[in-house]
Amino acid sequence: MQALEGIKVIDFTWFISGPLTTKFLGDCGAEVVHVESVTSPDNMRSTTPMKGNVPGINRSAAFARYNSSKYGLSLNLRKPEGVALAGRLVAWADVVVENFSSGTMDRLGLGYSDLRQARPDLIMVSLPMFGHTGPWSGQPGLGSQLSDLIGFGNLTGWPDREPSSPPGAYTDFIIPYYAVCAVMAALDSRRRTGRGQFVEIAQYEAGIQFLAPVMMDWFAHGREPNRAGNRCAGVAPHGVYRCRGRERWCAIAVFTEEEWSRLCAAMGRPELAGDPRFATMLDRVQNSEPLDALIEEWTGARSAEEVMGLLQQAGVAAGAVLNGRDLVENDHLSARGFYKELVHPEIGRHRYLLPPFRFSKTPGEPRRPAPCLGEHNEYVCKHILGMSDEEFVRLLNEGVLD
Amino acid sequence: MLDAYRVLDLTDEKGFICGKTLADLGADVVKIEPPGGDRARNIGPFFGDTPHPEASLYWMAYNANKRGITLNIETKDGQAIFGRLARESDFIIESFAPGHLKGLGLGYEELSRLNPRVILTSIAPFGQSGPYRDHRTADIVSMALGGYLYLTGEPDRPPVRIGFPQAYLHGGMAGAAGAMIAHCARQSTGEGQWVDVSIHEACAWIPPDSAAFWEMNRLLEERHGAVRVRPTTGARMRRVWRCADGYVSFDLYGGRLARNFMIPLAAWMAEEGMAPDFIREIDWATFDYSAVPPELVEGISQPVGRFFLAHTKEELWRGGLARRCCVYPVASPREVCGSAQLKQRGYWVGLRHDHLGGDVTYPGVCIRPSEGGGGLRRRAPLIGEHNEEVYGEIGLSRGDLAALAEAGVI
Repeated sequence: MQALEGIKVIDFTWFISGPLTTKFLGDCGAEVVHVESVTSPDNMRSTTPMKGNVPGINRSAAFARYNSSKYGLSLNLRKPEGVALAGRLVAWADVVVENFSSGTMDRLGLGYSDLRQARPDLIMVSLPMFGHTGPWSGQPGLGSQLSDLIGFGNLTGWPDREPSSPPGAYTDFIIPYYAVCAVMAALDSRRRTGRGQFVEIAQYEAGIQFLAPVMMDWFAHGREPNRAGNRCAGVAPHGVYRCRGRERWCAIAVFTEEEWSRLCAAMGRPELAGDPRFATMLDRVQNSEPLDALIEEWTGARSAEEVMGLLQQAGVAAGAVLNGRDLVENDHLSARGFYKELVHPEIGRHRYLLPPFRFSKTPGEPRRPAPCLGEHNEYVCKHILGMSDEEFVRLLNEGVLD
Repeated sequence: MLDAYRVLDLTDEKGFICGKTLADLGADVVKIEPPGGDRARNIGPFFGDTPHPEASLYWMAYNANKRGITLNIETKDGQAIFGRLARESDFIIESFAPGHLKGLGLGYEELSRLNPRVILTSIAPFGQSGPYRDHRTADIVSMALGGYLYLTGEPDRPPVRIGFPQAYLHGGMAGAAGAMIAHCARQSTGEGQWVDVSIHEACAWIPPDSAAFWEMNRLLEERHGAVRVRPTTGARMRRVWRCADGYVSFDLYGGRLARNFMIPLAAWMAEEGMAPDFIREIDWATFDYSAVPPELVEGISQPVGRFFLAHTKEELWRGGLARRCCVYPVASPREVCGSAQLKQRGYWVGLRHDHLGGDVTYPGVCIRPSEGGGGLRRRAPLIGEHNEEVYGEIGLSRGDLAALAEAGVI
């Protein structure tokens, strides 16, 4: 069996933070209905990469990445009948997840108090950017900008250059874990008390958890860390070293004396371990420039994979810097079955990622490709809601399913 | 929400945040440290800038809300006591090298014999299987192998990591989500199971599109600093912009987002006489950055850049809030800690640390359930602070504890 068999989720989310949350649930067995509309589809559908670089509403691999194992429903929420249909779905569901700007669901007539009419013990997990209270509550936002507002941007890059800012909606890969925990904890609580609830996770507040010590340091000492490239305070060698080939690199980190001797031995330079410039960690930090140059002399003559292999064999933490192609071809990810190939009606056979947690007894994985827009309208209406053919056709003709 | 459950937390820094999150949801999380304390208590920064195992802000941040005991599970007595605790527990979290617990006779099989309901969550650099299983890692190594490092940093310098270690936090949170999903399954099956979490896989989720660009288009995404380059057209779009006194964050979007953000921004530029005619004439609702030629994107970027440069961060943030156009400051910790939004929502929580002679300010709990419960209620524990309390709960007397301490077990 699958872990979340029998759990029903209505997914009013778009972009990444919400869809990835419900993808994890769907991959683990929950029945998830992803609600969009023809006039207002999930923005990820227009995000590249597209299959064969040909644009199309159902051709985005960016959308597919976050929407496996879901049913796709298109619903016109500007029509009262569309809102009424949403209510019927919610009556069927255990959980609603949404990540619109604060206030949007209420305006659509789909706020928690509305939806509770349909399902009194409903669990609703809401992922507003800043929360539903406070002076910034109604602000729109996106993970890309939020990452900079939280401080990831300013901390990343080189001290003598502008901030490098983590690319691509960094916080969107933090929020889903909190949201999954919230859904599961609320389900547990409902089992014990019979009551549903509304759980709010402000993306701003969740993202800051990943910089907690930096903030605590500011409160305690007023310290503002600067960008430091790849340096790690008090540790050397620590960095990314050029290897043979175009844009080939290997990350190496040495935290102990033992690892330092092993690195020297692996490089075929055991005498360096006794070099007074590098005798202690303090010496190595002090002389990190000549040290990095020596290491790069060695790495530069080898492939990143060879450097990683030799160092790991010697017991030193090292990892090739993988590009997109390397990720697809990585032997470890493949051996663990991280990718699952599924056949999408328009994209064809392509790869979906598994959740980064594996279960010994209830394995979860992408079960169906990401839905085309409105692909499961008929299934959702007839099989989930038990609608008659006549009613389905009428709704179709009246544009409720647009 | 999870008040009914007990968690045994054997993790080091690779997994602290997993137990922290379950504790934030109300669970009784018991952090188990070797006698003398976790090595991770040596991670700075330190309160008062004085290195001390009870002053690590890193340790405190991710161990608040837990109770703390010491136990040497490398000894036979320690293993027996751990077994007694495991019988009374719902979750066990660990981040040892794969196989280590099994070597101590505390692998999943043994633990599930003691307590068939228990969920064991193992957080390891590369998971419990596969060719890298026994490889070593560090934050920068996990981020490298996850593919995110390649995309971050300036094109003329090496790839760069996020300036505060992130990999273990992703792995730890994946552990929390996995443990909770296994918990949900347990409620129908009555059985626990083993959750295998790979920090590497959690990191491989972070680069959004690079693998798909290769798979779909045989294109390699490269790093471009604070600029995003569309692999399909080569158009260069700034993500971070210089302003009069720092940097702001703004993305050029097309379609619905352009309607939301570019129209008000263009109107604001026009108010100040800084919007060239062509900007006002673009139909933003149908504008598609992934298709338009690079020269047009450059043409838009120039006046936008001039507008930002003519204003301070504060002006752009206030003006942006009023117009809802998503111009955010690239903030420093001072700005985050001073945020009016967080203040009004009571996000920051001061907790008393008598041993440090003062309060430490922590970020509050980010999951806010309407039915209440959870929240930040307990500062991070001192070494062995709850030995008497926790061991008392499984029937060990003070005399037993004294003997165990002498034998180096606690």
